[in-house]
Amino acid sequence: METAPKPGRDVPPKKDRLQTKKKKPRRYWEEETTLTAAGASPGPPGSKKRNRELRPERPKNANITKKSRISRKPHLPKKPRERRNLEPQRSVSGAQDPFPGPAPVPVEEAGKFRRIDKSKKLPHSKSKTRSRLEVAEAEEEEISIKAARSELLLAEEPGFLEGENGENTAKIRQADIVEAVDIASAAKHFDLNLRQFGPYRLNYSPTGRHLAFGGRRGHVATLDWVTKRLMCEINVMEAVRDIRFLHSEALLAVAQNRWLHIYDNQGIELHCIRRCDRVTRLEFLPFHFLLATASETGFLTYLDVSVGKIVAALNARAGRLDIMTKNPYNAVIHLGHSNGTVSLWSPAMKEPLAKILCHRGGVRAVAVDSTGTYMATSGLDHQLKIFDLRGTFQPLSARTLPQGAGHLAFSQRGLLAAGMGDVVNIWAGQGKASPPSLEQPYLTHRLSGHVHGLHFCPFEDVLGVGHNGGITSMLVPGAAEPNFDGLESNPYRSQKQRQEWEVKALLEKVPAELICLDPRALAEVDVISLEQEKKERIERLGYDPEAKAPFQPKPKQKGRSSTASLVKRKRKVMDEEHRDKVRQSLEQQPQKQEKKAKPLRARPSALDRFVC
Amino acid sequence: MKVKMLSRNPDNYVRETKLDLQRVPRNYDPTLHPFEVPREYVRALNATKLERVFAKPFLASLDGHRDGVNCLAKHPKSLATVLSGACDGEVRIWNLTKRKCNRTIQAHEGFVRGICTRFCGTSFFTVGDDKTVKQWKMDGPSYGEEEEPLHTILGKTVYTGIDHHWKEAVFVTCGQQVDIWDEQRTSPVCSMTWGFDSISSVKFNPIETFLLGSCASDRNIVLYDMRQSTPLKKVILEMRTNTICWNPMEAFIFTAANEDYNLYTFDMRALDTPVMVHMDHVSAVLDVDYSPTGKEFVSASFDKSIRIFPVDKSRSREVYHTKRMQHVICVKWTSDSKYIMCGSDEMNIRLWKANASEKLGVLTSREKAAKDYNQKLKEKFQHHPHIKRIARHRHLPKSIYSQIQEQRIMKEARRRKEVNRLKHSKPGSVSIVSEKKKHIVAVVK
Repeated sequence: METAPKPGRDVPPKKDRLQTKKKKPRRYWEEETTLTAAGASPGPPGSKKRNRELRPERPKNANITKKSRISRKPHLPKKPRERRNLEPQRSVSGAQDPFPGPAPVPVEEAGKFRRIDKSKKLPHSKSKTRSRLEVAEAEEEEISIKAARSELLLAEEPGFLEGENGENTAKIRQADIVEAVDIASAAKHFDLNLRQFGPYRLNYSPTGRHLAFGGRRGHVATLDWVTKRLMCEINVMEAVRDIRFLHSEALLAVAQNRWLHIYDNQGIELHCIRRCDRVTRLEFLPFHFLLATASETGFLTYLDVSVGKIVAALNARAGRLDIMTKNPYNAVIHLGHSNGTVSLWSPAMKEPLAKILCHRGGVRAVAVDSTGTYMATSGLDHQLKIFDLRGTFQPLSARTLPQGAGHLAFSQRGLLAAGMGDVVNIWAGQGKASPPSLEQPYLTHRLSGHVHGLHFCPFEDVLGVGHNGGITSMLVPGAAEPNFDGLESNPYRSQKQRQEWEVKALLEKVPAELICLDPRALAEVDVISLEQEKKERIERLGYDPEAKAPFQPKPKQKGRSSTASLVKRKRKVMDEEHRDKVRQSLEQQPQKQEKKAKPLRARPSALDRFVC
Repeated sequence: MKVKMLSRNPDNYVRETKLDLQRVPRNYDPTLHPFEVPREYVRALNATKLERVFAKPFLASLDGHRDGVNCLAKHPKSLATVLSGACDGEVRIWNLTKRKCNRTIQAHEGFVRGICTRFCGTSFFTVGDDKTVKQWKMDGPSYGEEEEPLHTILGKTVYTGIDHHWKEAVFVTCGQQVDIWDEQRTSPVCSMTWGFDSISSVKFNPIETFLLGSCASDRNIVLYDMRQSTPLKKVILEMRTNTICWNPMEAFIFTAANEDYNLYTFDMRALDTPVMVHMDHVSAVLDVDYSPTGKEFVSASFDKSIRIFPVDKSRSREVYHTKRMQHVICVKWTSDSKYIMCGSDEMNIRLWKANASEKLGVLTSREKAAKDYNQKLKEKFQHHPHIKRIARHRHLPKSIYSQIQEQRIMKEARRRKEVNRLKHSKPGSVSIVSEKKKHIVAVVK
């Protein structure tokens, strides 16, 4: 189990702590001398750790390309040479460049953009493939550095919330935050008092600009929540179980009591999909244009919303399905079951990709973070667990909550929100890529009703909570990704831009068959079928065309090429080859023995005690 | 308490006036761009499909000849000018941009066997069945003048081919023997023979300009050095070679178009094994010409199609054919490496794009960027089976298609027989001869 240091514990106590108990809230732009100067460890989301910085890569990089193009020898890790031109260079006019060379790039930043796994060995021979791979690696290195350098141009910084002098941030109320932040941010906190139509489910559009919510008693509304402009409000006169925006804010899927309905942004019913009946939960996979529905009948159905066809209907064979979440990294659907397992589904497979036993008793909620690394689950055993999804599916940390969490949600920057009764707790990790530490909550908030739906707004520090008494928009500093990419999801996009984006997105719709646990698998070499093909070819031809021809000594200069010397040379090569073979087999033997020995050791015998 | 909320100023993200461009802030963080590989794959698939959709290589047909086109020549200085000689002795000079014939000369009686331009582009040479070599001015006769050759050389035997030196006033003809001529003289400077058969084509090396290669009907390819009076060496193949072409970028590489449906790329330093055997034609290959980049060449075949081969691949990347095109006699790759011309039996010269789906004309920078991006994507995913299938698919005329099937069966039968022989004979007594070595009979020095 990983435990993170408590935020704010190692902040050195200051004198003024004793002076005033209740302090005036402090704005972040006000002068910040004491804290940062003292080197206090900042709170979890706002941890602006200065990364180890690397001096410009150009010389190193040039080195690599040169090597790969000319000598084509495997890179040997050489000691980095001292840079001589670190001192400012003098120009003709005498002026000095105080920052000579290209801008420095933090090592970790460049690593984030690296796509080629360098731990894999390149082919040994001096083949074309090898040289091509080396060139590709050098290019990739250069590109990752350029991309990392472009990070300098990002305009926004993530938000943060820090307690002063060891103050617990969980004790900070929403009202305090609202009072402390600027007006525009304060306006993002609001409550919609909707007691009449019962507990609400809610969903933000992919750009984070629009909010849709549906109440159990049929109330469905969408609004541009930033300007608070209502787009439509209808009552479907039927129980609404879940609500979800499709690829843009213009389309809305509502899981109603009987069937699945699709509305447009004016509340006009466009489709009633009777193939999906008694749907309890909805998930939309934006890059595949798939709407995944989990139903009471135990079926997980994938509906392609671009052509209106059902791609796959999978029977989970686990009774009623009402816990579902998507993994945004690989579009795998996670279903939680009443026997405590979470199963992972892809439309390409009839069987689950994996089943993880998470809890004793049923699973109540599942959430997966945006990098697809961590999964949070909560069960009827009042446990909240965080699992690692990279291969092993092992729990990283667990915590027993007094009530148990009924709803979970991850934010873009890895904050975990849990709805427990009428309380929302939020946990934060050390940074973006670390799991939230469950030691101490980052924020808590008590609502006027039981929580029924949680969703972090993309690109805004806001958590939307649907509950019995309506909708609450909570402020959670540091929840969202500050810098959006204008070509992917732009909250400020115009209608024209949206239309163009829609065409592009439809053109590159990923086929449903490509959903698997590792989305990069498509870029890997398919070794199995390659070997199979080779085997088939050898069988077909009757001999191995790529087999090494037996060594044939070349005739040498006049007088040196006697038959005896030719035979001698031939024998020498043959002996060398034979020796190599023997050496290899000797090396392999101990490994084999170990393999054999292990199962023996694994099963202890009663007589083992007499051995040593 | 210290708190900062994410608060963006919309002015930084929205354009000020309608005349401005929309602002598009970028963030290259991989977590904001999920499904990178599958999306690129889909893009590559779309690009490959579009490439096939836009593959319209045929540009124009130059008609005017009254008999089959027998030879073609490029102008060394002007991209738009091309010369062609026909089987009725007529030579035409064409303007490719206007797609019109500029000039018509009745050069010979009988076939025009060969045509070549002088390196300066002021004159050209033709040889014909009437045993003459004629030199012509590139510009037409002025008003009142008659169309007359600058020089005429009367020979003793029929000349079947001609090529001009790339730098000096020397040209070479072939027929019964290879003759090297000085432009100023009426008798050859040097005559070389090796064997007794008629030589069908002779070519100067464009880089090592003293070297030449010829191919004769006794199945051999002979290399000469102009500075010596005897040939250098020769390689004998299983069947006759129709013509050869030197690689314009690599001095020692040349490709031979053979009667056995294959093309052979040789390294002249090691003639016993060809560097590559190019197989795809289903009938005799009649002509071959290199792209000026030296990476690809085009071949014309008796099977009524032309094919483009990469130098280092044994299979063609492209095949061009039309319903009306008959046996293709001659083919040339233009000097800007963008177009291909072919002259065929049914009196037409056809102009093709070298890259079938390329957009002609000026590209905007965005178009260019999109093209480059798509090219890179296609390259990256070219081995994926689905993409490979689409990229390789070509429509073929029924005659070629059925020929390919038939030849596949024949080849398979031969291979099976070979394997059986290997299986049932004493180990070591039957050796497997590789495809490259199979077709070489001997190398003589």
